[in-house]
Amino acid sequence: MGATLKSWLFTTDHKRVGILYLIGSLAAFAIAGIMAMLMRIELTNIGPDITDNPQDYNVWLYFHGAAMILGFQIPALTGFLANYCVPLMIGARDVAFPRLNALSVWLFWAGIVLALATFVIPDPPDVMWTGYPPYATMTWGNTAFYSFTVLLLGFSSILGGVNFLTTVAYMRAPGMGWNQLNVFVWSIVVAFVIQLIFVPVLGTAVTMLLFDKYLGTTFFQPANGGDVLIYQNLFWFYSHPAVYVILLPFLGITYEIVATFARNRVFNYKMVVYGGFGGVLLLAGEVWVHHLYTAGLPDWLRVGQMVTTLLISVPVGLLMIGLVGTLYRGAIEYRTPMLYALGVLFFFLIGGLTGIPNAMASLDLHLQDTYFIPGHFHYVMAVAGTFAIFGAVYYLFPKMTGRMYREGTGKLGFWLTFVGMNLVFMPMMVAGIEGMPRRYYDYAQFPQVEGMQQLMTFGAFVILAGALVTLWNWLHGALRGEPAPANPWGSRSLEWTAAPSPPPPGNFPVPPRLEPGWSPYAYGERA
Amino acid sequence: MPELRRVLAAALPGLPVPGVALAAPGSVADPAAGWDRLWEEMLIDITVIGLVFAAVAAWFMWRYRRRGRAEGDPPRLSTAAAVGWAVIPAFAFMADDFYLAAKGWELWKVYRTVPEGALEVRLDSAMWSWNYTYPNGAVTVNELRVPAGRPVLLRMTSRDVVHSHFIPDFRVKEDSMPGRITYLWFYPKEPGEHVVTCAEYCGLLHSRMAGKVIVMAPDAFEAWYRAAGQKAAAAAAASGEEA
Repeated sequence: MGATLKSWLFTTDHKRVGILYLIGSLAAFAIAGIMAMLMRIELTNIGPDITDNPQDYNVWLYFHGAAMILGFQIPALTGFLANYCVPLMIGARDVAFPRLNALSVWLFWAGIVLALATFVIPDPPDVMWTGYPPYATMTWGNTAFYSFTVLLLGFSSILGGVNFLTTVAYMRAPGMGWNQLNVFVWSIVVAFVIQLIFVPVLGTAVTMLLFDKYLGTTFFQPANGGDVLIYQNLFWFYSHPAVYVILLPFLGITYEIVATFARNRVFNYKMVVYGGFGGVLLLAGEVWVHHLYTAGLPDWLRVGQMVTTLLISVPVGLLMIGLVGTLYRGAIEYRTPMLYALGVLFFFLIGGLTGIPNAMASLDLHLQDTYFIPGHFHYVMAVAGTFAIFGAVYYLFPKMTGRMYREGTGKLGFWLTFVGMNLVFMPMMVAGIEGMPRRYYDYAQFPQVEGMQQLMTFGAFVILAGALVTLWNWLHGALRGEPAPANPWGSRSLEWTAAPSPPPPGNFPVPPRLEPGWSPYAYGERA
Repeated sequence: MPELRRVLAAALPGLPVPGVALAAPGSVADPAAGWDRLWEEMLIDITVIGLVFAAVAAWFMWRYRRRGRAEGDPPRLSTAAAVGWAVIPAFAFMADDFYLAAKGWELWKVYRTVPEGALEVRLDSAMWSWNYTYPNGAVTVNELRVPAGRPVLLRMTSRDVVHSHFIPDFRVKEDSMPGRITYLWFYPKEPGEHVVTCAEYCGLLHSRMAGKVIVMAPDAFEAWYRAAGQKAAAAAAASGEEA
């Protein structure tokens, strides 16, 4: 047992590193999910329900946002999925820098532990995941824990970026051209390019915050010549692109699942990769001001970025066409991973379209910072991304464990979470149009939304039930599941055709050799 | 298509254009009404796009479920078809984007152009109250009293952290922050009360940072305004004497 634990902690095998990322990010998901449940219970009725101290609520909300984004989604997608899938998909024995990879997962775990300290330190951070000054520098809450968590996770991500870009550039199987890469591999490449460009900006912003609060600098203190908006600009200059760091890999893995279960080629591959991912990369850094439409920036900046923000619909629309087109003339089998992937399609469609009103600077003057915003971004990123991650865990389950989960239980978990998510986030958007602002511990001035709040709380319990069913299914499957064949889905991608389940260290017993014209999506062709 | 008609009316003077009420001189465009109209158009726009995508996806999901054949039979796109499938949708989306951007900009100008003759009130936000100062020195807290039928301009700053003065009924908010002055305006037409609430997280009592816009009949407002101004002057004089 001790030897096993040691072999896991000091592993440099990309698959084990990936699974360590998965365990850590699911732990963050679980705790941040508990915070969400506490908030939902508190909001059920007007007035105090389970705490009469708004500070408790603010800390839950801080932790929910920070941990879900920085501790769950980004590490699950660019840590777990990238690690587990990329070397297998490109036919590599491991990543380019295995020990650097181990360091990045350790840094990630350190970040998670630091984030969890929120619950044991006397004055936990209460700055929201955005950490806006001057509040973040004035509060009694311990903003340092926020800054250091961000710095650790950011550094971990930069190491991952260096590693994966090198891996994809230099370690592809002989004969594998760039246009033969899995869509997911492309999504990881683009996501890490975005991380490498923008993470340093976030690091700068939270470091300046730290200096302002503890070392007496005045970057954001207007009374001493600073400016509060510098932080907001720097923060969103990273944090909007961060949405795409989540979006691209979750769409990438959704493409893999859809192509596999439709046994179909990805529709118009080059449109998806260059038009979709490339377009998002081009626009990623020119739209952050839409988070600051009400912050009094000059009109030309707000209207200009309204145009760039609306234009995001072009690459995103192409990605949707590619996804729906991949169903066309397929042979679709509805297994649990496929249900989650189609759930992503549904949530992302609603989330994407409800982003358009927010993109309109003038409509945003009402919608900004109301429940409409969390409603929208949960659909487009939080829920769609989580469904993609859950679908991916199911998809890779036989590969990772060598065993099968239970199909019926998997589908039950899917339907519970699917219904629950809509029960929470559809009323949330409606309450936002009513004017209900986000980040409210209480809402006495909006009695008309109490019914919707109760519906949302009910929906949250439905999600909880679905999540528990899913968790049980994974644990049961990993320990007691039926042995899985090497390629239970009949995929044509290398991770399924060339490696046993689970793959040994070094991945491929025989180094994969690609036929000329090989494609991971060569379905419907008589070999 | 009121714009089209307006363009036609401008291009062809003398042409009778039904259904266009020309703006009376001195009348004021109301951003809140503009918001409601644009929101409606937006809902139609995104619902149509959403239904098209959903219908196509649902049809494919049903039509191409696995039966008989175990493999898909994907179409081979020619280069022209592949380029067409990228370029044509891209231009269609772009057309909608620019159309919406033009609409959004039009309304934006209404929101950001303060009409002449607006009542200008200074707002100092603070944890956790809204403090209004009128031109005659009258001061209120969490109660913005205004006359019906006159646009109101708030010039805003903050004494501590970032807040956002949000009046849902008037579809408008703008952040107030230390070291910067921002503004918003709205157009109260009928007497009544409207919720004011904080939309930017500002700590412990963020959710309790609420007040009211009280729209009063012009006469009643005038009477209150004069009395409040005198009271403020008296208070200032009294504190002057003490000093």
